[in-house]
Amino acid sequence: MAREDTFAESRKHLEGLSDQALEQRFWELAQRCVDPLVELARTHTSPSIERSVLMRMGIDSLTCKTVVAECEARGLLGHGVGHVVLVAMREWGVDAPTAAARLASGEGWELAEARWGGAR
Amino acid sequence: MGWRAMSDHPGAPSHSPASPSDSAGPGKRTSGPCFGGPLADPPLDPCEKLDVEALLKGLERYRPRRRGWTWRRQAPGQRAYEFTYHETSEPVERSVPLPAAHYFEDIDLQPDCVITTEIASGRPEDDIRRMRMAAWHGADHIMVIRTAGQSHMDGLIEGTPEGVGGIAVTRKQCRLSRRALDLIEDEVGRPINFHSYVSGVAGPEIAVMFAEEGVNGAHQDPQYNVLYRNINMYRSFVDAAVAKHIMAAAGILQIDGAHNANATAVKAWKVMPELLVQHAINCAYSEAVGMPADHIALSTVPPDAAPAPCMRMDLPYAVALRDLFGRYKIRAQQNTRYMESDGRDATVSHVMNLVISRLTSADIQSTITPDEGRNVPWHYNNVAAVDTAKQSLVGMDGLREMVKVDCDNPELNGRVREIKERAVLFLEAMLEDGGYFAGVEKAYFVDSGEYPETNDDGIARDSQGGVAAGSIVPRADDYLAPVCHHFGHNHLELLADYGADPADAPCAAVGGCTLCDDTRVPFIDELDPEDNAATRLVQTAEARRKDLITPEVEWSGDGVVVVTMFLPAGEQVAEAAALELGSAMNLTDCEVIHKRVMHPAEGTLIELKGRLAVAIDPATLVIPEPPDVLTDEEIRDFVHERNLRCVAATVGNDEHSVGMREIIDIKHGGLEKWGFAVTYLGTSVPIDKVLDAAIEHAASVVLISTIITHADVHREMMRKLSTLAEEKGVRDKLLFISGGTQVTDEIARESGMDAGFGRKTKGLDVASFIVKTMRARGM
Repeated sequence: MAREDTFAESRKHLEGLSDQALEQRFWELAQRCVDPLVELARTHTSPSIERSVLMRMGIDSLTCKTVVAECEARGLLGHGVGHVVLVAMREWGVDAPTAAARLASGEGWELAEARWGGAR
Repeated sequence: MGWRAMSDHPGAPSHSPASPSDSAGPGKRTSGPCFGGPLADPPLDPCEKLDVEALLKGLERYRPRRRGWTWRRQAPGQRAYEFTYHETSEPVERSVPLPAAHYFEDIDLQPDCVITTEIASGRPEDDIRRMRMAAWHGADHIMVIRTAGQSHMDGLIEGTPEGVGGIAVTRKQCRLSRRALDLIEDEVGRPINFHSYVSGVAGPEIAVMFAEEGVNGAHQDPQYNVLYRNINMYRSFVDAAVAKHIMAAAGILQIDGAHNANATAVKAWKVMPELLVQHAINCAYSEAVGMPADHIALSTVPPDAAPAPCMRMDLPYAVALRDLFGRYKIRAQQNTRYMESDGRDATVSHVMNLVISRLTSADIQSTITPDEGRNVPWHYNNVAAVDTAKQSLVGMDGLREMVKVDCDNPELNGRVREIKERAVLFLEAMLEDGGYFAGVEKAYFVDSGEYPETNDDGIARDSQGGVAAGSIVPRADDYLAPVCHHFGHNHLELLADYGADPADAPCAAVGGCTLCDDTRVPFIDELDPEDNAATRLVQTAEARRKDLITPEVEWSGDGVVVVTMFLPAGEQVAEAAALELGSAMNLTDCEVIHKRVMHPAEGTLIELKGRLAVAIDPATLVIPEPPDVLTDEEIRDFVHERNLRCVAATVGNDEHSVGMREIIDIKHGGLEKWGFAVTYLGTSVPIDKVLDAAIEHAASVVLISTIITHADVHREMMRKLSTLAEEKGVRDKLLFISGGTQVTDEIARESGMDAGFGRKTKGLDVASFIVKTMRARGM
């Protein structure tokens, strides 16, 4: 909606604030804007986030992509794809890149299925 | 020689920098953890080109020497030449100083703030050569622009494919660039920050890769994704939290994206309140997810340009911003919103931006190349922009101690307050309307009205729409990410189920993560056998081997040249004529890249770009020996000690005096400049009068000017002077120098002179000869 400049009327409640109080208000409002965004981020994940977890586990980007795509299709992202890889590592007694490579080749998804369901 | 190396110059600044070969040098000035032993490359030789092919080899073994951002080391009160500086940093070892520096013993002061250059050639193998040039002119923050479309790629790109308008940012490209920058920073003698973008739909992955590859700075601002890349807003913010947290762990300096609102706005001066809001959202969000305030930088631009009274409009905004955001760093960007194809116009705008930086503050001074209004930046325009910043900032050194922003001025004061109040009103209304996401849906941002005025033309985004909509997932009660520096709910207590102690580092359960153990970082080389740096380099390999010279602006061997011409015709005719002229010059792909009317009928200035498919073999060139000249100081001291006198005359039947005047007059940079007392006897002076005058004035030097004649009169004149001096027994006490457009040193010496100087001789050549010869002869 287009609106004329209503600054003169809209500012009346700010007029009495000292510069310091105005700045404080600015930052309180900014904080109120970001609080729900931070909460959203704290409680959610995404394919890129999960790939970034696998990367930190020493897994190359191509393998990350395949494993995360499979987890996404199986509805497993919410448990953490690093978690899925960890389960496979323990089961097979191998390191993270090896476990991820085996998962990427289609092996071992029954382990995740047994734990979380999500068959394709 | 055109460049300086500190050890060569007695007049170099008095601070001693860390030696670049010293292991406690640049690498130690950092906050982040150090990596393991890097691949040891031999140091660069300033007289040799970068060996791009060698740098591409062995990248799988290269590891960066550090993580994190580095500021310049301040040197308040620094002395250099005859001056004291108040706002400079420690000197560099090697550089190309400003053009006028040779009047000041080649000093090359480095301003207090980091200076950025933005490189966008699209080819990593060409980017690194430009990085080296920019670093030599004073850039210590090298930002590579990403290729068009990378922000919509859901995942990492690997290898070195060619980009458009920027580079494909990949692990290999980062390694190659950082490896080259390690060498370049040692050559220059100052740490260099490498920078790119953690935006788009692969932000968290790029953040991890940047942390692993020693990238020092990055843009990260989810609002950029939402507003300008139409990436789903939920995805953008969720990803951003993880990316920022990783960046914080690696000490990467963050720059926000608010300046884009300025570049996009219909009327840039109306967007100031919103800019404060955008900065605040990214700053508050970044801190809330764990980024320290001193690693958060605001990307801020003076919004306006002349013919608006831009500095009076932009200064209150700059003050308001620094009032509100004092805890954070300021990255001062230059205006692009009103950039046209005119490099002069852009440079003046940027200098005005630099005045605002100097009158307020800047921690990082970014630069925009003066050609960005017409094409992707070219090599020499990166250098031009860096020089503009260095020149302006050094020229305004300490100015703010004398010229202060008048904070009592009612217009300034009132406007600062007004911008802040309008920003507060914006935030209040957005919260009232349901918060940030609701505000974006209701097109609060990039509206052309100055809030609370609105024009209903802002950018609206659907919270359920955009790229990667619907891709975020709630974290379950057993969400687990067994790695370090992971933001958000993470049920690390579950690690006990897998036999690990939750009190250990989270990555202990998986045997370590790449952020703790650098040896775990994987490397993928090329995925595309055709589109990669090695294949592209084959095309220019022969030219490199033979050192062939083809002009270039972006890529090795691109052949692009620019011809500047004034054409006595109106704009449209001039443009068409220029294209024809380009063909006549054997240029292909001609394009008029700039035109400016001088007068509607009298003429137009044209800058014409074209391609020249010619390679010159330097082996075929005849290159004259550079003249061996002395410094001004050396000559002046010698002349003063001996109180040297000269007599000068044009001899024979010659009425020319211009050439001689050039050599002796102080205003032409002639001998008088160094204190020679010169008596000019006039034109058509007989030889015996010249010699008598030399004896009478107790001169040491006799200068005669002659024209060449068919009858060899000039040789006769010279011989006569020499013979007459011998007869009078004064030949040993005098230096005889003859000059003239066709005189050569050979002719002169054959004719009894000590030297001859021809066309294009400068006073400095003659003065240097006099001093050197008198020294050699013990005169």
